[in-house]
Amino acid sequence: MSSTTATPFVPAEIKHGSLKRERRWALIGAYIALAVFVLFFMIPPFHMLMTSLKSSAEIADLSGNPWIVSAPTLQNYWELLTEGNYLIHFRNSVIVTTCTVVISMIISVMAAFALARMKFWGSATLATGVFLTYLVPETLLFIPMFQIIGSLGLYNNMWAMVLIFPTLTVPFCTWIMIGYFASIPKELDEAALIDGAGHLQMLWKIFIPVALPGILAAMIFAFTVSWAAFIYPIAFLVSSDQMVLTVGIVSDLIRADTFQWGKIMAGALMAALPPLLVYAFLMDYYIAGLTAGATKG
Amino acid sequence: MAQVTLRKVVKAYEGGVQAVKGIDLDIADHEFVVLVGPSGCGKSTTLRMIAGLEEISDGEIAIGGKVINDVPPRDRDIAMVFQNYALYPHMTVFDNMAFGLMLRKFPKEEIKRRVDNAARILDITPLLERKPKALSGGQRQRVAMGRAIVRDPKVFLFDEPLSNLDAKLRVQMRTEIKKVHQTVRTTTVYVTHDQVEAMTLADRVVVMNGGIIEQVGSPQELYHNPKTRFVAGFIGSPAMNFIPGRLENGAGALRVHLPNDIVLPVPAERTARYQNLAGREILFGIRPEHLTEAKNLDRPHFAPMTATPEVTEPMGMETLVHFKMAGAEICGRVDPLAPAAPGQPLPMAVDMSNMHILDPQSGRVL
Ligand SMILES: Nc1ncnc2c1ncn2[C@@H]1O[C@H](COP(=O)(O)OP(=O)(O)O)[C@@H](O)[C@H]1O
Ligand SMILES: [Mg+2]
Repeated sequence: MSSTTATPFVPAEIKHGSLKRERRWALIGAYIALAVFVLFFMIPPFHMLMTSLKSSAEIADLSGNPWIVSAPTLQNYWELLTEGNYLIHFRNSVIVTTCTVVISMIISVMAAFALARMKFWGSATLATGVFLTYLVPETLLFIPMFQIIGSLGLYNNMWAMVLIFPTLTVPFCTWIMIGYFASIPKELDEAALIDGAGHLQMLWKIFIPVALPGILAAMIFAFTVSWAAFIYPIAFLVSSDQMVLTVGIVSDLIRADTFQWGKIMAGALMAALPPLLVYAFLMDYYIAGLTAGATKG
Repeated sequence: MAQVTLRKVVKAYEGGVQAVKGIDLDIADHEFVVLVGPSGCGKSTTLRMIAGLEEISDGEIAIGGKVINDVPPRDRDIAMVFQNYALYPHMTVFDNMAFGLMLRKFPKEEIKRRVDNAARILDITPLLERKPKALSGGQRQRVAMGRAIVRDPKVFLFDEPLSNLDAKLRVQMRTEIKKVHQTVRTTTVYVTHDQVEAMTLADRVVVMNGGIIEQVGSPQELYHNPKTRFVAGFIGSPAMNFIPGRLENGAGALRVHLPNDIVLPVPAERTARYQNLAGREILFGIRPEHLTEAKNLDRPHFAPMTATPEVTEPMGMETLVHFKMAGAEICGRVDPLAPAAPGQPLPMAVDMSNMHILDPQSGRVL
C-alpha cells in the first residue's frame, strides 16, 4: 500500500482511541459516584450489624471503637428468638402485612378495572377522587379512625391494622393499576369479548396477566407501607402480644431509659430481612416481565 | 346458513355524530363483501355493530335470519380480526387461537385438532409455541386470522387487517386472505379504505361515504358502471378525470362540448341514451386508461386529441402523463414506448365508448 492511502486512517484511529478514553473516564466517574452512594447508605446498617454482635458490656464500654467488634457474639439474636415477644411481633407483622397486601390487591385491581374499562356515570371523577384520598395525610386521619376502631371494639387488636392499612394502600394501588389497565389496548377486551369472555374472565385471564408488572409494583408498595407502618400501630396497639414489629421493638426493648441497643439492632436487622427478600425476588421478576421479548425483537 | 342482513341501520354516537345514517345491505351466505370508503365514512362503525361492539341506535341487523340487535358479541357466532391484531401478549400462539374454544369448553382433543388444522392452512405450525412479541407483523396477522378460523363462526369480520403491514407484505397477505376464504367459505365482511384491496378481494364491494352506501356491486360493475360521481372517482387508480362541459347536437350528431372548444363525438350506440340531455350542462368523466397515445383512430368511438404533458411518470408497464385539458388537470396512461415528454405535444386518443356523463348538480351518472 502506498503511504497516501494509509495516512487518512491515522487521525481516525486517534479519534477512536480518544473516544475509548472518554468512555473509560465516564465509567470511572460513575463507579466513584456509586461507591460514595453505597458507602453512605451502608454505614447505618453496618453500624447496626456491629452493635448487634456486641455484648451489652462491650456496648457500654466507652473506650471501645463503635465500628469494630472485639468479642462477637450471637447472644442478642439468640435472646430475641428464645425470650420475649419478638417472634410474636414478627408473626403479627407477617399476618397483618399478608392480609393487607391481599385485601389491597383484590380491592384495587377490581376498582381499577371498573374505573379504567366500564364507563359509567362519574367514573372519571371517581378515578381522580381515589387519587385525592391518597393525598390526605394519615396524621390527620387517625383521630376519626380511632373513634371508628374504638366503636368496632378493635382497639388494641392487631386485626384493626388489617382494616386500617388498606385505607393507606388502596388509593395509590388503584391509581397505579388504572394506569396499567388504561394502557392495554381496547381491542384486546373486544377480542376477548368476541372470544366469549365475561367481565371476570377478562379480568382474570387477560388484564391481570398482561398488567402483572403493574400488579407487582402495587404489591411491593402495599407490602412496604404495611410492613413499615408506625403511627397507627403505636396509637392503637398497647399490649405486647398484639404489637407488630415496628412498635414491638421500641416498646419491649426500651424500658424507661434503658435501651437494649444490641437487641434493638438485632431485631431491626431481622425485621429488614423480609422486605429485602421481597424486593430481591419480585424486582427480578418485575424486570423480567418488563423486558421479556424486548430482546427477542 | 349465515346471511347477514342490515335494515335501516343507524348509529348515532353520544354528542350527536351520526356515523351511519340508515343503511340497507344483504350479504349472502359464503359471500366476501368489502366495505370501502374514505376515512371516517362509518365502515368500522358498521362492522362493529355487526360484531356487537357498538350498540345499534336504530334499525335491525340479522345474522342467519335471526335478529341479533340485543345479542351479546359472544353469542353472535362471529369472529373478528383487528387492525392491530389484538393478540393476547401473555399467551402462546397456540393459546391465542385456543382461547375462544377453551372459554366455550370444547374438549382438549377437539381444540388441538382445530388449532393444528388452522395452523396448517395458515402455515404457522412452527410458531405455535411462540409468544406474539416474537412474531413479525405478517405472522401476527396470520395468528389473528387463525384465531378467527378455529372458531368456525358464521361470519368473519375484518377491520383494516392489512393496514399495519408494509406494501409488499400487504399484497402477499391479500392473496393469503383470499385463499383462506376459498378454503373455508365463511361469510366475510371486510373493511378497508384501500380501493385496490376492495377490488381484488371482494365478491361484492360496498362503497360508503358520509355514513351512507353510495353503491353496491361487483368490482367490475363498480368500475364500468359507477352510479355516482363519488364512486366513479373513488374506484380506479389513478382516479377518473372529470371535466365540466355541455352536451350538444352539432354536425348531425350528439357531441360533448368542453371548454377551449374541444369537441368529442358521442359514440353512435350511446346517442339514444343521452339524446334528451342535449343542451344541458354535464360533467364529462373519463378514466386515465381511456386517454391513451394515438391508436385505434380508425375505430369510430376513438376521438383524436393533442395533449402537452407537464409531468410524465414512467411506471414500467405504462407511463402516466399529466396535462391540462379544457382547463382541468388530467391524467392519461400511455404506452411506455410512446414519445411522451414534458412540454412535447403528444397526439392522443380518447376512448369515447368508456366515457361517463354525470349530472353536475346531483353527481349521479346519467
Ligand atoms: N366512539 C365514538 N364516539 C363518537 N364518534 C365516533 C366514535 N367512533 C367513531 N366516531 C365517528 O364516527 C364516524 C365514523 O367512524 P368510523 O366508523 O370509525 O369510520 P371509518 O370508516 O374510518 O372506519 C367518524 O366521524 C368518527 O369520528
Ligand atoms: Mg375504521
